Formats: sequence, C-alpha cells, structure tokens
Amino acid sequence: MSEKKATRVAYGEALVELGSKNSDIVVLDADLSGSTNTKKFAQKFPERFFNMGIAEQNMVSTAAGLALTGKIPFASSFAMFATGRAWEQVRNSVAHNDLNVKIAATHAGITLGEDGASHQIIEDIAIMNVIPKMSVLVPADAVEAKAMTKALVEYQGPAYIRLGRPNVPIIFDENDFEYELGKARLVKEGQDITIIAYGVMLSKAIEAAEKLETEGVKAEVINVSTIKPLDESTILQSAKKTGSIVVAEEHNRVGGVNCLIASCISNNLNSFCPMEVVAIEDRFGQSGKVDDLLEEYGLTSENIVEKAKKCIKRKVS
Amino acid sequence: MSTVSLERNLVISTEKLQETANEIRKLALRAITKANSGHPGGSLSLTDILTVLYFNLLKHDPKNPNWEERDRVIISKGHASPGIYAALSLAGYFEPEEFVNTFRQVRSKFQGHIDRLKVPGVEVSTGSLGHGLSIANGVALGLRLESKKNKVYALLSDGELQEGQIWEAVMASAHYKLGNLTAIVDRNRIQLDGWTEETMALNPLADKFKAFGWEVKEIDGHNFSEIIDSIQSGSQRDLTDKPLLILANTIKGKGVSFMEDKVAWHGVAPKPEELEAALAELTTN
Ligand SMILES: Cc1ncc(C[n+]2csc(CCOP(=O)(O)OP(=O)(O)O)c2C)c(N)n1
Ligand SMILES: [Mg+2]
Repeated sequence: MSEKKATRVAYGEALVELGSKNSDIVVLDADLSGSTNTKKFAQKFPERFFNMGIAEQNMVSTAAGLALTGKIPFASSFAMFATGRAWEQVRNSVAHNDLNVKIAATHAGITLGEDGASHQIIEDIAIMNVIPKMSVLVPADAVEAKAMTKALVEYQGPAYIRLGRPNVPIIFDENDFEYELGKARLVKEGQDITIIAYGVMLSKAIEAAEKLETEGVKAEVINVSTIKPLDESTILQSAKKTGSIVVAEEHNRVGGVNCLIASCISNNLNSFCPMEVVAIEDRFGQSGKVDDLLEEYGLTSENIVEKAKKCIKRKVS
Repeated sequence: MSTVSLERNLVISTEKLQETANEIRKLALRAITKANSGHPGGSLSLTDILTVLYFNLLKHDPKNPNWEERDRVIISKGHASPGIYAALSLAGYFEPEEFVNTFRQVRSKFQGHIDRLKVPGVEVSTGSLGHGLSIANGVALGLRLESKKNKVYALLSDGELQEGQIWEAVMASAHYKLGNLTAIVDRNRIQLDGWTEETMALNPLADKFKAFGWEVKEIDGHNFSEIIDSIQSGSQRDLTDKPLLILANTIKGKGVSFMEDKVAWHGVAPKPEELEAALAELTTN
C-alpha cells in the first residue's frame, strides 16, 4: 500500500478510456471539471462533454433528459452539490424515472480537507441510500474506482459513486481485480472479529487488522464498497463466524452504513453479535490537513483497533 | 368552414380541432369528478395546445409509443395529468374509459402526476415543478448528438417559472443553441394561491426570455391557427438556432364558464352536478 492515487483521478482516466470505446457515454460537469477530473474527457471528446455552469439542479435533470435518448450520462460535481443541492432532481428527474444516470461526485467526506465544513458532505450516503432504485458505490482505492466506473457503464439504472479528493493508498492489484456491483469483498480472513469498511477507511481497516495480528487477534476485513444493494450474505457469513463487528466509515454515524449493518444483523442473527462504530459523531467537518482531520474525527487505524478490542470483550463466550 | 393546411399534409378543420378539444375537456373533468381529486384548471388551459400537438403537428405513433423517429413532448406541469391522459387516450394510446375509471386509484396506471413507467405516450414523469425544461434540454442535446431532426417540445406552466431551476435551464438552452427545442408556456396567469402577478410577479416574461437569448412568439393559446403557426415556425429551424419560446396566453379553466379565471378551480374536483353543467357547456359549444 505504498503507492497512492486519488479515486477522482482514476475516475477521470477511466472515463477517457471508456469514452473511446463507447460513444454513448456523455459527461456533464458544473464548473468543476478540473477538480472532478472530467476535464480529461472534455478535452478528448468535446462534443460529448457539457459544462452546465454552476447550476447543479439543471445539470442533474439535463442528464436525465440525455438518458431518455439512450445516452449514458455521468454527471459530476462535488458530492456536496451533486447530492445535496440537487437531491430532489436526483430523486425525481433521475430515480423516479428509473433513468440511467450516474451521479459521479468527488470531494466527499471530511478528507476534502482545507475547504472545510461547507464543502465536506458527511450525509451523502444517507441521502442517496434512501432513494428507491438508486445504487450507491464507494471505491476504496484508484483500482476499484476505475473498475466501478467501468461497471457503471454496463449497469443500467440510476447510481451514485462517491469519490474522494486526496491521494489514497492503492490497495488492490489492477491485474487481479474484478468489481461486481452488489458484492462485498473479503479482503483479509480472520476469526476473532469482522471489520467492515469502505472508501478511505478500508486502508485504515487493513492497517488495524495488521496491528491486531501482532497482538494475536485475527481480524477479518470486508470491503463493503457497494453500499446499495448491500451484500448481506457476505456480512452475515462473517458475523456468524467472528461474532463481533466493527464498522468504519467516513460519514456521519447517523444514517451511515453502520445502521444498515446493525439492522441486517439484528434481523437475521439469533445469537448476540456486538457491534462498534468508527464514524463521524454527528458533527460538521472543518478545515485542516487530511491526516489531522482523520485524527480529529477519530477515523484512524488506532481508533479501529481500540473499538475492535472493546467489541471482542463484549462478546459472550 | 375554416381550414388550416399542415406540414404533414393533414388538413384538419378548426371545427374538428375544437370538437376534439371539447372531448378532451369532458374526459378530464369526468375523471377528476370520479376520483374526487385532481387539477381541472391547468388541464383545461393546456387542452388546445395538447390538441394541436397530438392530433395535428406531432410526429408520433400511438401504436408504437417508443418509435425512434417520434417528436418528444416533455410535459413539466405533471399535475395537468387529466388533460394529458385524455388527449393521449383519444389519440389512441389507450382506452379513454380505462383512464376515467381508474384515475388516482390505488394500483392504477393513471397516477395523479404523469408517470412514464406506467402510461404509454408519457415521455417523462413529472409533478415536482421546475424539472421539465432541463430534461427537455437533455433530450434535445441527446437527439442532436445523433443528428436527429426530431423536435422537442417542453410544456411549462407559468407559476413554475418561479423555480430557480427553470432559469438555469433557460440559460442552458440558449447557451447550447437548442434550435430543436420549442418551449410552450401555458400563461394562464394563475397559480395555486392566486394570480401569478400577486403571488410572485413574472412579467415581463417575453423580455426575460429574450434577454436570456431566446426567440419569443406570443400567441392566444386558445386560437388554433395561432398555435399551429407558432409551432410550425418552430419546426422550420436549424438544429443550432436560438431556442423558441411560445408564450401562450390562456385562461385557466377554459371552456367551462364557472371555472374560467378562477383560482379555486386549480386543484378541486367538480361535484356531480357541477360536472353535469360543465359537460353540457362543452357539448353545446
Ligand atoms: C416544486 C413544487 N412545488 C410545489 C408544488 C405544488 N403545486 C402543484 S401545482 C401548483 C401551482 C402551479 O401553478 P402553475 O405552475 O401556474 O400551473 P397551472 O396554472 O398550469 O396549473 C403548485 C404550487 C409542486 N407540484 N412542485
Ligand atoms: Mg398557471
């Protein structure tokens, strides 16, 4: 995990690659193409790129119109605006119409960094998840971001892909990686506890598992990169094996994936399975360097280790 | 008998158009009364425009609703569903009585606001005001990418022009020179709470669209020749001309004397005896 790359960069590169193979792909942006990385596509395929100006609501509904003619639109902006400002357009123009629009939004979460709270959406997963017909995807690294972009071209239907600003460790081997929408991936096997993570928290989860290993605790790590539809069977299988779960996410705890996993566990397991959560504790973000922010909000591998130990103690043996 | 000759070599008398429009109005009001719920005012103001489109100028095939070569009608004022369903049913997309009998009932195709996944002929589901012009822009862009000559019509209401998204879209249609797009505003001057000019003034509308880079034609939205001429002038444009706005001055509740220009008839169902009176007026007209 020494090499690093931002998921938004991988998305931009993937768009260019996919765009040359599939002429139905069109891209919309709202005056952030340099930041979202759709600029590469814009330069290569100017006739298939639409800069909509700083008008995200119009951008999303326009994407719906393009989808009505059989195009495969990717609409990009910062996640704050693509999902927040334009939520009702995503809900009504796109999802209620069951249209093949991909909301591909970058700079999600507190790891956006220095711009601070007004731009750091920590609610996007919650507000996209609650829309019927919407799929929700979060890549953990550049390799997965590229694979997901490709999968989204093939997938028919409304989808949200959450991308990040900072360079993040490359976890997966490009030559040996496949992404299947709706499938969670077992990243590391273990028997003592299950750590479920996605996005930037996956590399933290892997680090945590390595630290736990030195103390003789064998943690299983699952990358739940498709948040909707959630791969309940992989989660349940692991929970049955380890009997305890830590969920780690760069999102508000309220409305986060931890809620879905808790309900999945309590609805399906007969045995007690304690759960601990590493997430943002219902407060807004702030300006800062990425690593400082992760520490400030309790989103480090140490936080995961600590919660894992606590959770194991709660198991009734 | 005055006649208008049309691009598609159809010659339809204005009397025939008027007769069709009255049938649409009757079906819409019967459905609203049966459901005891729905929007009569904005259905009746839009009816003559719908009549010209679906019975006259539009390239479409009710037996093949997804025909690739069809023109696209994107209706942003989804609450005018009774008028829209009535027009589509008489055009042959489905049985009129199926709509009248099940409108707004549970498990019916005929939702309170139009739903493209349920009703053939409906291009896009709307209901939340302000989305339609953006969607029409996207359709126009998509068709133009394929060098298709099909026309795109966006039907908007006037109150919905108070939505910010509309003006984002108005800017974008002009920026992208969508010559294949014609927007028609049903300027009935009434919204839910009252007159538009008292609720949130829209005038001068024509000037606003012109300032945003549109070509504007103002017409009487109940005069068939004016509707036809203005829409036809929109059909003879290049794919990269200015977008065209037809500002159609209409009367909310048009065709039923006691509903005309009455705010109260925006979203209220007639009582059975009111329906009888309305049907009688529309029959003798
Ligand atoms: C975004 C949104 N806000 C509010 C409503 C509720 N609503 C339905 S119809 C209406 C009034 C519409 O007036 P107008 O746009 O002038 O339509 P028309 O007169 O043609 O019926 C309102 C406020 C809605 N459907 N969508
Ligand atoms: Mg009105």
